Amino acid sequence: MARTKKTNPQLFFNGLLAENPIFRLALSMCPAVGISTSVMNGIMLGVAVLFVQVCSSCTISAIKSFIHPRIRIPTYTLTIATWVTVIDLVLAAYLPAAYKEMGIFVKLIVAFAIITMRLEMFAAKNPLVPSFWDGLGMGFGFLFGMVTLGAIREILGSGTFLGFSVVGEKPLLFFILPAAGFFTVGFMMAIFNYTDLLFKKLREKKG
Amino acid sequence: MAKRQTQRVLMGCVLLLEILFLTGCQSEHRFVLRTAFKGTDQIVITFAGPVDETWAKQLDHYTVYEKPDPDILLSLAGVALSKDRTTVTLAFREPLNEDQAHIVAIKGIMSEGKPQGTALVTVKKSYIGYILTILLGAMIIKNFVFTKYLGLCVFFGTSQKKSTAVGMGVTFTIVMVASAMMSWFMYQFVLKPFRLDFLQIVVFIGLVSLSVQAVDTILRKLNPMLFKAFGVYLVLVIANCIILAVPLLLANNEYNAAESLMLALGAGLGFLVALFLMSSVRERLEVANVPVTYRGLPIAFITAGLFALAFMGFSGMSLF
Repeated sequence: MARTKKTNPQLFFNGLLAENPIFRLALSMCPAVGISTSVMNGIMLGVAVLFVQVCSSCTISAIKSFIHPRIRIPTYTLTIATWVTVIDLVLAAYLPAAYKEMGIFVKLIVAFAIITMRLEMFAAKNPLVPSFWDGLGMGFGFLFGMVTLGAIREILGSGTFLGFSVVGEKPLLFFILPAAGFFTVGFMMAIFNYTDLLFKKLREKKG
Repeated sequence: MAKRQTQRVLMGCVLLLEILFLTGCQSEHRFVLRTAFKGTDQIVITFAGPVDETWAKQLDHYTVYEKPDPDILLSLAGVALSKDRTTVTLAFREPLNEDQAHIVAIKGIMSEGKPQGTALVTVKKSYIGYILTILLGAMIIKNFVFTKYLGLCVFFGTSQKKSTAVGMGVTFTIVMVASAMMSWFMYQFVLKPFRLDFLQIVVFIGLVSLSVQAVDTILRKLNPMLFKAFGVYLVLVIANCIILAVPLLLANNEYNAAESLMLALGAGLGFLVALFLMSSVRERLEVANVPVTYRGLPIAFITAGLFALAFMGFSGMSLF
């Protein structure tokens, strides 16, 4: 077992920036493109994913010694499906308006590659507490990515932020179009790559 | 002996198919030959014989409503009778929703002074057309990748080469159809009767993993060559959101067996089309001079965005 040597805050920030699920690992792209039209949507789905990620990480980490290695993937899937059912029913009961807007995406959290991948790579090999922090980091990383995308598209597309008018007009209506999700994610990835290159050049100059 | 057995199996299959396909049809009144939509706000009813003009022109002899809500009656604007007095055209104040089946209740039909009873007839688009609409809708007009933004991880992962794209698409279509049909069966005959709807997600994802495993095992034994070519993609199928979205849509829309089959097939073929288009472009991109920061995924996303814009042109189209 390859136990992690990182401290808990390190694990947390790893998920938030260095291994950001949306911009770095390029996993779970469907919601990032599909419903990132406003900040509110981003926050809602981000919180749902955060909840599912933390809960299933803890569950798998706690029962990992009872799982036979050959049936581990189905076990992960069913664990995730259980927690998704919980959040799905809770959202449908208490926040019906927002739930309707997100449509089928809440139920599709089951098929997000990021959660299964974290269970396989981290929670199945590490004790409960680091798994909790890893899940929290990944969840917040996803939340951060969704909110960033939502903010860009909402401000540029409809000139508002969280529903409050910021710009006063609609600068680039194009960004609120469904198809613009692809462009926004593409541009964001390019910006991440560009900063990467810039930092590398700076380091070479110093060294 | 063997021949008789094959015959029996064939008969069984035909019977099953008939039951599955004919559940949508309904027996009509003996005096009403045909009913059909005309334009956006008219219904045409053809009778077996000439009807009386005084009877036919009365608006309150016709009651029309959409099949799901019998309480909301549609308001009629007028009735027209053809010259040979066998065809009645009902005009409505508002455009009709042709995707819904409409029920027309015709009170006390009078033909040449003789009463022919009251008829309750269904008006709907032809069933084959309806089913083809579902197929083409899922495949192109509402393409899951470009208009619903599902299955993107696998889409970007396997669209680098044409051969990979086709392999993934074909494997996906097979698993999609198998798992959607199983999910439909489970939902209609187990989950719904026992009121276990809240278990949808758990049951559907379980069935998907089951069918992936089954296709894996069967393909390995039956056709090792094919397995060698397509086996790698089987693992990826389960990470694709579309495979879970289709059973959920089937459950939401209460589709019957034939409609479910068409939706699943359309979703699979639509994914194949999207992968093929994308991989053709990305093969060209390999040799193009792309800026350093855009190499790899960013330019792939921009390309997909252009495709999505193009597919927006299909929205709202209806073919049959």
